[in-house]
Amino acid sequence: MAESAVQIDDKLELARSLVNHLESGDDDGAVSVIAELAGFRDSMLFQEVGRLTRELHDSINGFVMDAQLADIAQNEMPNAAERLRYVIATTEQAANTTLGAVEDSLPLADSLRSDARHLGDQWAKFKSRQLTVDDFRDLSNELSRFLDVTQANTDELHQKLSEVLLAQGYQDITGQIIRKVIDLVNDVESKLVELIRLSGHRAKLTDKAGDKAAKDIEAQGPAVPGVDKGDMVNGQDDVDDLLSSLGF
Amino acid sequence: MNKNMKILIVDDFSTMRRIIKNLLRDLGFTNTQEADDGLTALPLLQSGNFEFLITDWNMPGMQGIDLLKAVRADDKLKGLPVLMVTAESKRDQIVEAAQAGVNGYVVKPFTAGTLEEKINKIFERVAA
Repeated sequence: MAESAVQIDDKLELARSLVNHLESGDDDGAVSVIAELAGFRDSMLFQEVGRLTRELHDSINGFVMDAQLADIAQNEMPNAAERLRYVIATTEQAANTTLGAVEDSLPLADSLRSDARHLGDQWAKFKSRQLTVDDFRDLSNELSRFLDVTQANTDELHQKLSEVLLAQGYQDITGQIIRKVIDLVNDVESKLVELIRLSGHRAKLTDKAGDKAAKDIEAQGPAVPGVDKGDMVNGQDDVDDLLSSLGF
Repeated sequence: MNKNMKILIVDDFSTMRRIIKNLLRDLGFTNTQEADDGLTALPLLQSGNFEFLITDWNMPGMQGIDLLKAVRADDKLKGLPVLMVTAESKRDQIVEAAQAGVNGYVVKPFTAGTLEEKINKIFERVAA
């Protein structure tokens, strides 16, 4: 804010008279000149505070009047939180369905494998004529039982794999929900930029190092490619390497 | 029902297209193709002798409902059976799809049984 030439001339004039008063030992005169000089500063300060106050008032009024913003605060933000909670629930459900199906399937596959191995051994003995008639009768019974079990187990495996297949539908559902939340976040971001532009072009956006350090210790959630850049581990190997370098 | 009929699966999420493709294969339908929205689906339909369309609703580019309307407005395609498989579950939307001439509507998440049932129903009606 440039001071006008008049103001500077006035101040010089006052300064000279202050020196004169002091040199001539006129204390009362000096004090009154000093008070006049201080008055200059005060009136400038009041003008500036007044101007800032008016700007802030207008900005806040304009901002509060924005109905869309009120809607974001009252409805869309809570909705977004709810959507994200739903994403958590949906992905959890899909993971549990998938894990459950896998846990059910593995014993079925294992039993088929061990039965087939046992029968394979017996069959090899039969082919090399090492089986007695009684042994062969047992093998024959085992074979027909194995065929029944195979049919039942593969039917069940097929059903479990279909469950896994369908459970992957969560990706579509949650993807659509997350896209909506991204749109909202972009919207809020542009509103905030507007707020800063309107009321804060004087405020310096200082990065408080202390606050940031405190934040980094809090949970950050999963790393998101393209969003979380910088000092991130890349897979379990990185984690293991890091831990071993720390003496684990 | 001809299990070898040519089916177009339209969804912007490739995971969902794979799910539907696998479910269809399970039901014996192996002649499938995919498109990721209405804009890519429509030219395929116009040139491809498809006998069945399965489409999502919410897609960038051209939405499923607009694809359905475009199909019904096309002299060559207007008789094509269309099944909508979508997360859009508002009453108004289902009504709109029905008015636009959809043959079936499956809401996500769905089961293999639901899909089979809707497909069977559609082709029973087509045959009748």
